[in-house]
Amino acid sequence: MPAPIRLRELIRTIRTARTQAEEREMIQKECAAIRSSFREEDNTYRCRNVAKLLYMHMLGYPAHFGQLECLKLIASQKFTDKRIGYLGAMLLLDERQDVHLLMTNCIKNDLNHSTQYVQGLALCTLGCMGSSEMCRDLAGEVEKLLKTSNSYLRKKAALCAVHVIRKVPELMEMFLPATKNLLSEKNHGVLHTSVVLLTEMCERSPDMLAHFRKLVPQLVRILKNLIMSGYSPEHDVSGISDPFLQVRILRLLRILGKSDDDSSEAMNDILAQVATNTETSKNVGNAILYETVLTIMDIKSESGLRVLAINILGRFLLNNDKNIRYVALTSLLKTVQTDHNAVQRHRSTIVDCLKDLDVSIKRRAMELSFALVNGNNIRGMMKELLYFLDSCDPEFKADCASGVFLAAEKYAPSKRWHIDTIMRVLTTAGSYVRDDSVPNLIQLITNSVEMHAYTVQRLYKALLDDISQQPLVQVASWCIGEYGDLLVSGQCEEEEPIQVTEDEVLDVLEGLLVSNLSAAVTRGYSLTAIMKLSTRFSGVNRIKKVVSIYGSSIDVELQQRAVEYNALFKKYDHMRPALLERMPIMEKSASNGPTEIVQTNGETEPSVVDSKHPPPVSQPANQANDLLDLLGGNDVVPVIQTTVPTKPASAGGELLDLLGDLSLTIPPMTAYNKNGLKIDFTFERANPNPNVAVITIHASNSTEADMTDFVFQAAVPKTFQLQLLSPSSNVVPALNQGTVTQVIRVLNPQKQQLRMRIKLTYTLKGSPVQDLAEVNNFPPQSWQ
Amino acid sequence: MIKAILIFNNHGKPRLIRFYQYFTEDMQQQIIRETFHLVSKRDDNVCNFLEGGSLIGGSDYKLIYRHYATLYFVFCVDSSESELGILDLIQVFVETLDKCFENVCELDLIFHMDKVHYILQEVVMGGMVLETNMNEIVAQVEVQNRLEKSEVLNCLFCHVNSSPINREATKPAVPDQHRLRPL
Repeated sequence: MPAPIRLRELIRTIRTARTQAEEREMIQKECAAIRSSFREEDNTYRCRNVAKLLYMHMLGYPAHFGQLECLKLIASQKFTDKRIGYLGAMLLLDERQDVHLLMTNCIKNDLNHSTQYVQGLALCTLGCMGSSEMCRDLAGEVEKLLKTSNSYLRKKAALCAVHVIRKVPELMEMFLPATKNLLSEKNHGVLHTSVVLLTEMCERSPDMLAHFRKLVPQLVRILKNLIMSGYSPEHDVSGISDPFLQVRILRLLRILGKSDDDSSEAMNDILAQVATNTETSKNVGNAILYETVLTIMDIKSESGLRVLAINILGRFLLNNDKNIRYVALTSLLKTVQTDHNAVQRHRSTIVDCLKDLDVSIKRRAMELSFALVNGNNIRGMMKELLYFLDSCDPEFKADCASGVFLAAEKYAPSKRWHIDTIMRVLTTAGSYVRDDSVPNLIQLITNSVEMHAYTVQRLYKALLDDISQQPLVQVASWCIGEYGDLLVSGQCEEEEPIQVTEDEVLDVLEGLLVSNLSAAVTRGYSLTAIMKLSTRFSGVNRIKKVVSIYGSSIDVELQQRAVEYNALFKKYDHMRPALLERMPIMEKSASNGPTEIVQTNGETEPSVVDSKHPPPVSQPANQANDLLDLLGGNDVVPVIQTTVPTKPASAGGELLDLLGDLSLTIPPMTAYNKNGLKIDFTFERANPNPNVAVITIHASNSTEADMTDFVFQAAVPKTFQLQLLSPSSNVVPALNQGTVTQVIRVLNPQKQQLRMRIKLTYTLKGSPVQDLAEVNNFPPQSWQ
Repeated sequence: MIKAILIFNNHGKPRLIRFYQYFTEDMQQQIIRETFHLVSKRDDNVCNFLEGGSLIGGSDYKLIYRHYATLYFVFCVDSSESELGILDLIQVFVETLDKCFENVCELDLIFHMDKVHYILQEVVMGGMVLETNMNEIVAQVEVQNRLEKSEVLNCLFCHVNSSPINREATKPAVPDQHRLRPL
């Protein structure tokens, strides 16, 4: 059989292929030739064939049948064979294939080979793809090579050791003795890889970190030599002596000095020296400066040094080179938390970067701008950010919009400004806002009572312009439904009131229902809004007609709503006004933001991805029927949203109490009052876990004699859990002179109505008294 | 740590691919395509850093690239590497290639893919930077090449009667536009 073609020939042939199919054909032919050559066990040409196979693998063709051949090449005595064999092993093999274990013996032999280049190849392969079994077997050899005086091998052994430690962390201690004099090497290659090894060990184990802290003076000395040594041609890169090593040492110093005062102290001088002496005209100088700045910010450096560092970053921001600006923005982002004021000084430059053409810089600048917003600069910053939102790429809009909302919420100077900002975001980037911003906005709007007329007017005008942005349309239709009467009566104080008739409003809402642009959810919103207007507008017939039409809609959601509303008109007309009353102000939940916990029936889950919250509006509709069964019952009410569930303004006086007042304090109550013994309950919410109610009982005695041996016991239904802490004392003094207090913790995961049975035993005037009582009059806020 | 080193031309054809983390062959080709897509969109006067694509994994990875004549050199790194340092490393690597191949151009990389791998092995090992001194690297590579050549010559003397000696193909003249010059 003719000799297999050389790699060069193959490449030349493949390059003449004009189409993908032609190339595939050539490669398949060659693969077949290679396969038959492998079968013939031809030693001479094996390396040539494997080289060709690797080339084809790079182009994307399967090459797994060459794996065993690589192993045969590794076992060969020739350097050429070994070289290509090891390369093939690194490219084609991985610990997932069982075949790789066969290499272990070969590598072991090669690690002890007489030629250093063979040893080097073995170390390289082990360091690239060694599996944990291989590493365990061969760690001893690597450790031996780490102590050799041959610098070529020593540096490779150091990196191989890093790989071994990554695969088998337990072996870290094994390499400790060998690291003793790694830093006294003169060869920069060995120094560099040793620093990498030390860095890896320090990052993995705090004990090692403490152990290596004593190396700080040595590292400082090496760094000093590098800076002061003057021109050294072999390590010079653009006029700076071995910048790679400098950067590595700075990084290690950062890790060593992180929370340690002494080490940081030792480093201060050298850091100041590097920061001031490094030349910044070329990229290399900037790389070192950048690393120095990061180190200064991370260790416990003195404040003068920190200011120097931030000023360097500020200078970077003004640099023409985009790369420098990018890294400056990245590091400012890291330091903005700790050195907020210093970074604020550069705010205007950062805001200018928003207008840069480069996408990466824009993104960094945007994140940093949001981090810098505070109460003082909110107006100015928001103007810039809104301008940015108008003109930025779609990939930024979602993040920018949610950032604007968060910032506006935290720092809004006035309600009107807040609403204006939100309107602006909705009109410019309406389709990119997150789904949960709609309920948040609605809650915000209800909270600003005096702005209702202004808000609804602006929203109405926005709707007239454009009905394609769903979140805007949803919020607008909800508001029109709620405050339509204000709209029609033209009561706006903030702005010029517009003249709108009821029919026009209904036109707009009906238009939403039929439009193709409206999503199903939006249609739901507008139907409910129309329904609400039946109590606010005078002309009810038109609304009745619309509602009855949708009773036969194909969309199940709309159909259900329409049918229920129809029922409201027909059978339950007496309840309609109360049901459709104005929504009360919704209570704000403790934290509003993307990482909020959503409670669903007491189970908590992160709400980031799940954005299928039904709008608050649907609650009254769906519960219209439920309530008719619920009157007087205690069924679990599913809590789906981030805000407190909106209980509908419903019929029945007792249910109105459920709306609760918004004060976060729960009123105390008297649980028991008989025979002179009065027991009051006061409530607190245990903050970390809102399901736990902390009740403090106060027992007071209005008789003339003390009640001794007072024991309070409580029992709760099975769905609760109770924990009674120890009482302040067992004696309730007479004549209300003092109280006995005891703390009860009740875990109420299902948010059911709290009920308790209490048993009291005490001795009064010598005779024991025992009493049982049920406590049912807990205020609703204590268990919601 | 360096996750991957990719060299491809202006049309996306790979000239050298080296992954320091395991990916299946399909994934590797997909990553090459995605990286090319991201990098080729970039203007010449924007910064050389890109957030990594979704395939190569996660938020910690960045693509640091340099464009030389017809080739893109892309290093995919995580946050433990200094970005500006890697830019310098790419420069050192290209200058080393220049020294080893004498005015290196794309054709050199095409026809000597294995040699480029060997040079890279002396610079980056296991995803970590091994040696940055150009002269060191070139010296070591040359010794190893000489070792190979001496073996081949020995073989030839042994087989001189059995197989014809293939003549070394001459390298075609390289037009200027293919010479690797930093942009």
